[in-house]
Amino acid sequence: MKASIAAAGRPRIAIQSGLQQFMAFGSLILLIIVFSLASSSFFHFSNIVGILLSTAVTGVLALGSTFVIVTGGIDLSVGTVMTLSSVMTGVFITMWGWPIEVGIVGGLLTGALCGFISGTAVARLGIPPFIATLAMMMIAKGLSLVISGTKPVYFTNTPAFSKISLGSVLDIPNAVFIYFGAAIVGGILLSRTIVGRYNFAIGSNEEATRLSGVNVRFWKIVIYTITGLFTGLAGILMASRLNSAQPALGMGYELEAIAAVVIGGTSLSGGKGTIVGTVIGALIMSVLTNGLRILSVPQEWQTVVVGLVILLAVYVDILRRKKA
Amino acid sequence: MKKAWLAVAMALVLVLGACGSNKGGEASSSPKSGGDASGGSPSASTSPSASASAGKLFIPIVSKGFQHQFWQAVKAGAEKAAAELNVEITFEGPETEQQVDKQLEMLQVALDKKPSAIGFAALDSQASIPLLQKAKDAGIPVIAFDSGVDSDIPLATAATDNIAAAALAADKMAELIGGEGEVAMVVHDQTSRTGIDRENGFKNRIKEKYPKIKIVDIQYGGGDHLKSTDLAKTIMQAHPNLKGIFGSNEGSAIGVVNAVTEMKMDGKIVVIGYDSGKAQIDAIKSGKMAGAITQNPIGIGYETVKAAVAAIKGEKVEKNIDTGFFWYDKTNIDNPEIKAVLYE
Repeated sequence: MKASIAAAGRPRIAIQSGLQQFMAFGSLILLIIVFSLASSSFFHFSNIVGILLSTAVTGVLALGSTFVIVTGGIDLSVGTVMTLSSVMTGVFITMWGWPIEVGIVGGLLTGALCGFISGTAVARLGIPPFIATLAMMMIAKGLSLVISGTKPVYFTNTPAFSKISLGSVLDIPNAVFIYFGAAIVGGILLSRTIVGRYNFAIGSNEEATRLSGVNVRFWKIVIYTITGLFTGLAGILMASRLNSAQPALGMGYELEAIAAVVIGGTSLSGGKGTIVGTVIGALIMSVLTNGLRILSVPQEWQTVVVGLVILLAVYVDILRRKKA
Repeated sequence: MKKAWLAVAMALVLVLGACGSNKGGEASSSPKSGGDASGGSPSASTSPSASASAGKLFIPIVSKGFQHQFWQAVKAGAEKAAAELNVEITFEGPETEQQVDKQLEMLQVALDKKPSAIGFAALDSQASIPLLQKAKDAGIPVIAFDSGVDSDIPLATAATDNIAAAALAADKMAELIGGEGEVAMVVHDQTSRTGIDRENGFKNRIKEKYPKIKIVDIQYGGGDHLKSTDLAKTIMQAHPNLKGIFGSNEGSAIGVVNAVTEMKMDGKIVVIGYDSGKAQIDAIKSGKMAGAITQNPIGIGYETVKAAVAAIKGEKVEKNIDTGFFWYDKTNIDNPEIKAVLYE
């Protein structure tokens, strides 16, 4: 029974999201061509690498957000949980003197723990995801300030830490490889494992999934924890790139992540979505802001353009669902 | 129903930002009062009501923020004056500099405590006038700090001349790039007084005095270190002949330094910053940043409390207290005069 639900759901999803992905990918290529023609400084190796590097942090957040959004939920806490994870990594490594590797695991677990708590609030206490993660957003923000004493935590004495993001192979920063690595892991989790199958099943029809014997509560908690784990990774990438954990940053990053997911064709009503789409969505956001900046488009207008792109992406999603 | 989620989410998150910070802002006034910059006085931890009964003057200070190191330094200065003059102070501010409503609420609460005087750094000079009028009617002296209010009510304003300070940054930039070439700016925002003054102070000085220098780009990073890094990199990408970048506050300046490092352009681009903080001090010592303008936040806090006490005693106070600014670089960073105005 479980297997049949999953199997029945998949081909239809594959065709639809394939179309959406194709459109998103086409838009990305189009943007790149337009910007390359408009400015000679756009299509340079160092600028392309710069775009990839600047995508890494919000890109990893978006990967995590894809999981909860596919369940039909949402996680508003990813921006501030990312900050909390970076602060905790700083505390572990610089104050408690943990080895960097262990500190990183600590940072990842901080994110996972926050996700676990949000997931438990959603699945066990029946609090709507919007509210539960809203609460987590505030809790994480407050804790970051309390734990850091409102001061940045610097990694000056652990120079190896900044190598996580900025060390490079063939002039490509590690953060870019980590981002694509995380995307591959996320892609496998979502499309090839039981977590992913139940994720789509819950997002398509939670009640039917529950009636067919799937422990929906358990899997939801797992899914929010996975989101938290990616969030923790984003926090480490950010701290490493800034060589410091900045306790006042992070608010607003969740919206960029959600925007990337939506542009990538994942439906906010749940049940549909792909990691490849999210990667493309995040890249569209960065290419767009980078290109507009290089063309010296006033910043107010850059924001307007990104907003319009989000509207368009959601509208395409609605059209697609009407047809289906 | 579920379709409405994105819209609701986006809207509510904004509202939420305000709610979330309310809690943080209130909590901020109590913990951590003594642990910063230059060792605040422990007197601030006793409760106002207890001290009021002991006959101590009580001066609440409503700031623009609390979590940035700049405000922590203002607070340290205020606490220093409070200890010397034996008065009681509180120090609080909203979490972001957009929360005008939250700040007014804090001002209202401060007034309700029947203080001897009030220190106030307005986020919105117009919006605060009715409350300041109430203070005036109640005979409570108001001392403005950091930025002025469009009103005669504050008896004094202790602040940095941001326009002059940014003009000094422009002079230094011109000197360091040899008086000609392309420069760019990363500004923290385009709506606040300090953002506008620093942008114009720098821009206008270049226009007036250095015709061979061209400002090729001005971008706004919200003081966010990561965003400022990315946009400074884009500026460098778009303008390969760029000779220098000015970052208008701590987050912007650090973003520029990060960008120069990531683009491996150390030493090829002159970076000038603003404000202080550990990362900026390190960048100047290591040569990644040519130098920076620092205000005197400790002096701002100190002068605010001092002027408030003078006003309470009926002494004449100076209307504009210029707390000064300093250029610091590798050569003078260890001078005692500079050390006193830097904060980590």
